[in-house]
Amino acid sequence: MSPIVSGLLNVVGILIVLVALAAGLTWIERRLLGFWQDRYGPNRAGPFGLLQAVADMIKILFKQDWVPPFADRPVFIIAPAVAMVTVLLAFAVVPVSPSIGIAANLNIGLLFFLAMSSLSVYSIVLAGWASNSKYSLLGGMRAAAQMLSYEVFMGLSVIGVVIIAGSFSLGDIVDAQHRLWFIIPQFLGFVVFVIAGIAETRRLPFDLPEGENELGAGFHTEYSGMKFGMFFVAEYIGIVLISAIITTLFLGGWRGPALPPLLWFLIKTGFFIGFFILLRAALPRPRYDQLMACGWKVMLPLALLNILLTGAVVLADRSPV
Amino acid sequence: MLSALRTLWLTFLHLFHRRETIRYPEQKPYLAPRYRGRIILSRDPDGEERCVSCYLCAVACPVDCISLQKTAEDGRWYPEFFRINFSRCIFCGYCEEACPTYAIQLTPDFEMSEYERRNLVYEKEDLLISGTGKYPGYSFYRVSGLAIPGKDKGEAEGEEPPVDVKGLLP
Repeated sequence: MSPIVSGLLNVVGILIVLVALAAGLTWIERRLLGFWQDRYGPNRAGPFGLLQAVADMIKILFKQDWVPPFADRPVFIIAPAVAMVTVLLAFAVVPVSPSIGIAANLNIGLLFFLAMSSLSVYSIVLAGWASNSKYSLLGGMRAAAQMLSYEVFMGLSVIGVVIIAGSFSLGDIVDAQHRLWFIIPQFLGFVVFVIAGIAETRRLPFDLPEGENELGAGFHTEYSGMKFGMFFVAEYIGIVLISAIITTLFLGGWRGPALPPLLWFLIKTGFFIGFFILLRAALPRPRYDQLMACGWKVMLPLALLNILLTGAVVLADRSPV
Repeated sequence: MLSALRTLWLTFLHLFHRRETIRYPEQKPYLAPRYRGRIILSRDPDGEERCVSCYLCAVACPVDCISLQKTAEDGRWYPEFFRINFSRCIFCGYCEEACPTYAIQLTPDFEMSEYERRNLVYEKEDLLISGTGKYPGYSFYRVSGLAIPGKDKGEAEGEEPPVDVKGLLP
């Protein structure tokens, strides 16, 4: 099989699996939330309510595709597409297993991921702006401020991993963890990255851009039908993406004993997806100034401290005695 | 930070708790005996209709869903028709409170969905039950002073015969 064909298979396979996973996650999330609130969650359609995802998909696909007359039409339409495209593109650099992965050995893989997750801010800001309504604008502005400030130490928190691995390529980072997962030497970086990742995907407790009980639905207040669906799917793919990146950077990616690499990757990623949903079930949303203060006054110094320590240890290790 | 982690753990433990949900169609919920559900018309212990068509229920009804017509027969009052529009009824129970003869009663039953709205209009035949409902021994005509065929004045339960005001005896 020629490399082009196998590459295409990889691309199409990952795309289909991701979108299907995002649809399935809507069911998984509601089911898990139900369990954690002593309920059952959706359990009617099909076995265990599995067809609920299909029913929701059919519903949202057949809804009227409506653009409010006061909205900035072209931007309003582009914004959800940007959200989808950026998260899907970011997945290109994730090494799912030794043989699966689109551009796992891209030499700036980690930078590419950071760039794409930064670009996804645009979708929210543009959506908030183009909706031309106050709630949406407030949500968009919150998103801009939140994601810019959390982007800073998200980038800094992974520098420790890069210093140890000596490469920006995610494939190399996974290879560098063949003896020890980076979660142990880089625990501080791990914690900071997880928190930044939650803020990056706009999940509870950092879902201030949406803020249902203050802003209606925040940046997507005016969206409906499949345009809203695209934000929704993008959010879920974002969860999968952040979980996959956490797995790759700190938990040794697909590495693990006995089981096949793909299964290891799915188990680790699934664990973090579950953790994300647990966060939603358990934690309340902080106030906006608390969020910003936490970002700049706690997380940024921690990330810098992590770089300092890691750099010092690596230098001391290398220097001839 | 620690409290947040504790919250996460406690929430996670709820995975192993008992579910509060009652899976309704398969599993019926417990309805209290005085639950305010489907309205019925009861009969007295002799099997006669209790309703004396005094209209108090229709007056008390905040949504005007009860309509009836009085008719009399041998000194006893009956409803000629008695109609409850359950598509309007809000199950407030005011009719039951207003009823002086315990005729109208609410029952622990709410499964009365219909495909057509007009099927929700219940006539007297649909409302009447064969029993006495929540008040087994009560019969209005047996305790009231009203004279009906077979029971003259002074023959009701706990009632003295009327004093003959024209008689000279003490």
